[in-house]
Amino acid sequence: MERYFQPEIECAPREEMIRLQNERLVKQVRRVWDNVPYYRKKMEEKGLTPDDVRSIDDLHKLPFLSKADLREAYPYGLMGAPLKDCVRIHSTSGTTGKRVVAFYTQHDVDLWEDCCARAITAAGGTAEDVCHVAYGYGLFTGGMGLHGGSHKAGCLTVPISSGNTDRQIMFIMDLQATILCCTPSYAAYLGERMKEMGYGPDDIPLKAGIFGAEAWSEEMRRDIEKTLGIKAYDIYGLTELSGPGVAFECSAQNGMHINEDHFIAEIIDPETGEVLPDGAQGELVFTALDKEAFPLLRYRTRDICTLTREPCPCGRTHVRMGKPKGRTDDMLIIRGVNVFPSQIETVLINNGYAANYQIIVDRVNNTDTLDVQVEMTPEMFTDDIGDIQKMQRTLVEGLRSMLGLSAKVTLVAPKTIARSEGKAVRVIDKRKI
Amino acid sequence: MSIKQISVFLENKPGKLSEMTALLAANNIDMRALSLAETNDFGIARIIVDDIYEAANVLRNASFISKFSHVLAFAVPDEPGGLNKLLNVFNEADVNIIYMYSCLGSNDPSRAYMIFRVTDTKTAEAALVAHGLKPLTQEEITEI
Repeated sequence: MERYFQPEIECAPREEMIRLQNERLVKQVRRVWDNVPYYRKKMEEKGLTPDDVRSIDDLHKLPFLSKADLREAYPYGLMGAPLKDCVRIHSTSGTTGKRVVAFYTQHDVDLWEDCCARAITAAGGTAEDVCHVAYGYGLFTGGMGLHGGSHKAGCLTVPISSGNTDRQIMFIMDLQATILCCTPSYAAYLGERMKEMGYGPDDIPLKAGIFGAEAWSEEMRRDIEKTLGIKAYDIYGLTELSGPGVAFECSAQNGMHINEDHFIAEIIDPETGEVLPDGAQGELVFTALDKEAFPLLRYRTRDICTLTREPCPCGRTHVRMGKPKGRTDDMLIIRGVNVFPSQIETVLINNGYAANYQIIVDRVNNTDTLDVQVEMTPEMFTDDIGDIQKMQRTLVEGLRSMLGLSAKVTLVAPKTIARSEGKAVRVIDKRKI
Repeated sequence: MSIKQISVFLENKPGKLSEMTALLAANNIDMRALSLAETNDFGIARIIVDDIYEAANVLRNASFISKFSHVLAFAVPDEPGGLNKLLNVFNEADVNIIYMYSCLGSNDPSRAYMIFRVTDTKTAEAALVAHGLKPLTQEEITEI
């Protein structure tokens, strides 16, 4: 049976949702106009005033915000509420060199935790559950977001944070944890380690996992589900919008429901900025409808995906987003071909390899090179060099047909590719352009 | 009787072989034979040791990937034509050799000990025995 944390909102009729969105958008545009000179200037440049936005049908008129704007306005330039009303900040890891600092009022924390509680409840979490939160706690939104959501959903919350894998496993086994929250790559690593320790899926008490903060493939999901004996749910979010929980998967595991009472989603053509119809692939853009401290309007996520409003068997009426193919940031252009790490992951898992891999891109004699490093496994290893080389060739062929370009496959010793406890570093781009 | 060889996956990089030999040394495991097969990025070290189960255990605990395979060991008179005579018997018995290497020395200077990996070890062994050639046992190879 499907469970809801806030059924009246999650299953609200469309007309009611649109009415709520209209009301909140008009108020939000006014708040931003009054409090955020940076955005007000952008509106003025387009000849807009708050009166030009009377409903969500006017949303497309508003200017976009991008990561470049966040950088320019750093740290206080996009605040919609006075600092004295703020109770917390979070920040991105800054791995791409573009650190984002986001602010929260108590109202913002509450609505964010509600979103996370919806995700946990959709994954079956109740007061009977032990929720093991292995996302990093601290500036990263993963830990604190799911932590707050777990409280609201009534679970017994284990704030273990990331790191010390053997201790994580001890807590999961001793406390009989039923829900695991972490990045998919860490879930895969936990599964691998538990298998090594002799725990099969039937020994592991977990029943569900909520995994997000990085792109992962359907194949990786099946792999994690099999090793841990769980149902794995995807969760989506960005620090810029609050954190995980902007969208989450239900039992149908067919797209993530966007929490539309707080966030309006649009898909645009990343080149022209034009809004695309449902079903079309493009860049995901979000408008935070009722956030106070960091009220971003039409924020470009750089995530490429599709939206669908087809009815979902779970009963929720909120629009669903497909799994992002990867951030436009993650996309590599190799010899002029667009390559997403998730495509490489799909080929690896389909060929029986672990989802632990590293992609090394370099430029030799003005030609891009792509080296996919994969760990040898006991199951794959044989005494026959020819057989191993044949496996390598099969992988090279698989990559060629998926990506349309030739890659080198290097087999490396087990444990040589670092296991991440947060976001996995999949790509090392050594090109100096 | 075929004997057990351990094949170990190694990256083809400086220091990788010595990581394995250091581990065996630290655990007082004696190698009787060693050979390396290599490609550009990885290789396989094939070893015959005095205590195969202990060796397999320490390798696994140190995250090396290894596998047992069955090979045949023979004593070859250390004289001109010694190996040739042996190989003639292989030919007569229609046994195909995938690879071969020699042991790292023995107490008997008049003989060399050689390891053979053949296709279908069981059938090959029976055919060789029928032609009067008896391979060494695991105990014998540790005592050479």
